[in-house]
Amino acid sequence: MAAAVIALPLAGAAFLLFFGKRMSKASAYIASGAIALSFLSGLILFFRMLGEPGEERSFVMKVYDWVNVGGIHGNGELLLDPLSIVMVLVVTGVGTLIHVYSIGYMEGDPRYSRFFAYLNLFCAAMLILVLADNLLLLFVGWEGVGLCSYLLIGFWFEREVAAGAAKKAFIVNRIGDFSFLLGIFLIADEIGSLSVTEINAGAATMGTTLATVGALLLFGGATGKSAQIPLYVWLPDAMEGPTPVSALIHAATMVTAGVYVVVRFSPLFVAGGTTALTVVAWIGALTALWAALMAAFEYDIKRVLAYSTISQLGYMFIASGVAGYSIGIFHLVTHAFFKALLFLGAGAVMHALAGETDMRKMGGLRRAMPVVGLTFAAGWLAISGIFPFAGFWSKDAILAVAWEQGEYALWALGLLTAALTAFYMSRMYFRVFEGDLEVPEGIHVHDAPRTMAVALVSLGALSVVGGFFNLPGVLTLEHFLAPVLGEPEVPHGVIAWALAGAALVVAFAGIFVARALYLQPEGDARRERLEKTAPWFVGAARSKFYVDEFYGRAIVAPGKAFAGFCADIFDKRVLDGLVNGVAWVVNGVSSKGRHVQTGYVRNYAVIFLLGVVVIASFMFLRVGV
Amino acid sequence: MSDFPFLDIVVFLPLAGALLMGFLPKGKVALLRYAALAVTAATFLVSLGVFANFDTSDSGFQLGSSAEWIPEWGVGYITGVDGISLWLVLLTSFLTPLAVLASWSVTERVKPFFIFLLALETGMLGVFSSLDMFLFYVFWEVTLVPMYLLIGMWGYANRIYAAMKFFLFTLAGSLLMLVAILYLYFAVGGEPTFNYQELLGTPLTLDVQRLLFLGFFASFAVKVPLVPLHTWLPDAHTEAPTAGSVLLAAVLLKMGTYGLLRFAIPLFPDAAREMVPIVMTLAIIGIVYGALVAIMQKDLKRLVAYSSIAHLGFVVLGMFVGTIQGMSGGILQMVNHGLSTGALFMLVGALYDRRHTRLIADYGGLAKTVPVLAGVFLFVTMSSIGLPGLNGFVGEFLILLGTFFGYQWWVVPATFGVVLAAIYLLWAYRRVFHGPVTNQANAALPDMEVREWLMLAPVMALILLIGVYPKPFLDRIEPSAEKVVSQLQDSSMIPGQVEEAGGP
Repeated sequence: MAAAVIALPLAGAAFLLFFGKRMSKASAYIASGAIALSFLSGLILFFRMLGEPGEERSFVMKVYDWVNVGGIHGNGELLLDPLSIVMVLVVTGVGTLIHVYSIGYMEGDPRYSRFFAYLNLFCAAMLILVLADNLLLLFVGWEGVGLCSYLLIGFWFEREVAAGAAKKAFIVNRIGDFSFLLGIFLIADEIGSLSVTEINAGAATMGTTLATVGALLLFGGATGKSAQIPLYVWLPDAMEGPTPVSALIHAATMVTAGVYVVVRFSPLFVAGGTTALTVVAWIGALTALWAALMAAFEYDIKRVLAYSTISQLGYMFIASGVAGYSIGIFHLVTHAFFKALLFLGAGAVMHALAGETDMRKMGGLRRAMPVVGLTFAAGWLAISGIFPFAGFWSKDAILAVAWEQGEYALWALGLLTAALTAFYMSRMYFRVFEGDLEVPEGIHVHDAPRTMAVALVSLGALSVVGGFFNLPGVLTLEHFLAPVLGEPEVPHGVIAWALAGAALVVAFAGIFVARALYLQPEGDARRERLEKTAPWFVGAARSKFYVDEFYGRAIVAPGKAFAGFCADIFDKRVLDGLVNGVAWVVNGVSSKGRHVQTGYVRNYAVIFLLGVVVIASFMFLRVGV
Repeated sequence: MSDFPFLDIVVFLPLAGALLMGFLPKGKVALLRYAALAVTAATFLVSLGVFANFDTSDSGFQLGSSAEWIPEWGVGYITGVDGISLWLVLLTSFLTPLAVLASWSVTERVKPFFIFLLALETGMLGVFSSLDMFLFYVFWEVTLVPMYLLIGMWGYANRIYAAMKFFLFTLAGSLLMLVAILYLYFAVGGEPTFNYQELLGTPLTLDVQRLLFLGFFASFAVKVPLVPLHTWLPDAHTEAPTAGSVLLAAVLLKMGTYGLLRFAIPLFPDAAREMVPIVMTLAIIGIVYGALVAIMQKDLKRLVAYSSIAHLGFVVLGMFVGTIQGMSGGILQMVNHGLSTGALFMLVGALYDRRHTRLIADYGGLAKTVPVLAGVFLFVTMSSIGLPGLNGFVGEFLILLGTFFGYQWWVVPATFGVVLAAIYLLWAYRRVFHGPVTNQANAALPDMEVREWLMLAPVMALILLIGVYPKPFLDRIEPSAEKVVSQLQDSSMIPGQVEEAGGP
């Protein structure tokens, strides 16, 4: 059954890659059907699991022997436990909605069926990643989603920017994989196994230093996939892909893979003492703030959402870093709902505005497209952390658990980021949906078509109620995950209420400031005055703090120069020069070369053939005797 | 059944075909092509008999024959395959018909072209099957001439220079090997012999071992090639006709790695052990240096050529780290590289057939005009990059894992080669296939034709098979790999053996 969860979208992808071209529209239904069935299988597995007592909800299934040399087993083994089933439901559930949305969104694209093949392939790879009980198999999924990300970012490869963004995404992720691979080697050497369950069981025997190094090497891979400092730079560019891709891969699922890995291997991270987890939490917190700052100054609607994703992923790492693993997963789930919703809403806006992404050219769209406007508002309030929307519960829980661990600095950073989040998301909502109707010329705005509306409404509803999955009670997400991840330590009583209150206050503050700057008529003048107080900062934030430029000058350019030196100077001049020099000295190449030319070739051929015949007949004669 | 001389037939069938082709009229181009295809396809079919009769549990040599050839010199005709050479024989017999298919664009002097190609196949198969040093040397030299002629007569503009360079480099290397073989021949006490299995375990002083190892090593290192002996390769690859590039990369380079494995290590284990750090250093330099130089290439074939240097660096690294993972991975990676780089050369050839240029800058936006070819190209590229699920990953992973088990820190620069591979290949892919169609010459090109499918689909199938289910390969490789590993190790602890000491 667990294998079927993976096999369904995989089969869909294979079928569409081979036969999709001939069926256009039907390919969308085949792909959507495959992933919907996969979701159904996941649900069945989930309810079956609920039937088992809490401690017996972990199943390992061996599918087959894969790479198996000298006692190291890289096997096809699946692990079905509460953590993986939650991931399965998110991937297939949100995945199904996004497939359905794409039926309308991608209509008319010349590579329509190819798109759905890639989406299905992505889901299959992501499911391998979350279901693998073997680190090597997990890496298959890990790289598989990277490949699909590459294919889908570059889906409109005719555009130079899209092609460049796809390549950048793959290569930056490869740098993360470099670290990840070293982590795999270290773990395989120390534990003697690649099985996830055995690694977690044996992590304590590694010794603190090696466990820390191993954990941090895996986390290095996570900073690539989950777009954290210092490897986040590919994700904003990845917005060149079709918007459903941004929603599914670059918001709801693939980018959370790094969080999943940290949570999945939490015993390894813990085994190293506090160092590894502290690094995780701080990278998360700094990334959260850093990306939120960039989001606050960006005008491209998708790029704001991309920075926002980077920032929210940072929250998930904060949660994991303060040992609130199940809370990190909780935020992963709610974020999947509201961020997918926001992307799909942005996609609907772009769909209606002929691909426009500049927020300065939008305004007042709520009245022109009520379904999109209303659902987008739900996503906006959810990510801003307004009670009782989904984001409120999960973000508050992260801040609370950080406080409870005594990590007040992390808490403060998280709180500051929460204020910024509410600000930049309100800025977006006000600019796009409120105020006077503003659209590029000659465009008749239409609301989302039906397939798109279905996805928007479903995700909108989940963004409203998604937080209730973890309301204090018996059937909470935390409780469900506890057999794998343990119960997080959360504050109680007055402190809990005070922390929630603080989070709400800053959220409203952010909204209020955005309202003052972007919704009220005096907003323009106020912004101008404000920007004048620190123009250098505004400039830097708009230029993404020059990080791309810095990498370009500090790494890419010197690397290229060195490669150029190797290729053009050392290889061509030095080594080959030496060779040609020797040849010239012995007068080999220059004079002998001429003889090979046409007239002589036949002689060579004849002589060679004669030689072969002589040797061969000699052999046969001798052997025959 | 196993008494049937499958292996010997495989080796000599192409030569017999070449001789028969001598009687065909030289003007009938189609007939000549199909005749060559038939001979090579038949050879492949017979080689499946070798595969089918191979006994997985036997780590020794099988399926060969043994006879006297020049008894007064101690020269024998001795053949056989183990879990290492089996795959190289199969790789050769599998790829040669595809190389024939890739040669439809050869329109001049078609007859000698295919005759040389067939002669080359016998030479290559002989190299991998010989268990007599003299016989081995004969086959080794036999491969040299046809390849030289293929490059020199059917190559591109700068072919003469490239052919001569290839010839002289290889010849210089093999002369040193010849001296070493002869020394070994005379050094053995008692009846002189070229019989490889009898020469194994010849007691030699360390000094002698060192010298002889170097003799063999020189020849093989040129062939692999290891940096800095590689400069013949980019020229030869680039100037050779497609079939020549395919076989050069896929098979001829493997003669070098195979030689290290079959002769240099087992015959002189003490010297080999001593040389491990040096060889590993050269291998890692090859990985990084080959990749760096590949990044900057403007010519697609040159780029693939330098990528070969990097990939072969992985192979040599795996072979010398002295762990079973590294050795098995190195052996598997020989096959993997043959498949993926062979396919890359076929694809570059297919592009050349359409546009008559190898320059990356002349292309752009081809994913739009030839979408299927672009998809196939990406598939093979991913195999070469080492994407898990395809063949390259299995080999590279085992090599790097084995390297970590043996020499932890060395794995860091080697693993970085994986990042570099993504850079040079994806950058090239982006420039050739992505972006808008800027050059009108690229606007209307035919997509994959049936012949091209016939040559690429089998390779793609194997790329996927080895990636998803390498067990049939690894099961046969591991016992033979184990033997070589044990020669590289002191009798004490064997690294890389976890849980099950002593292997399966």
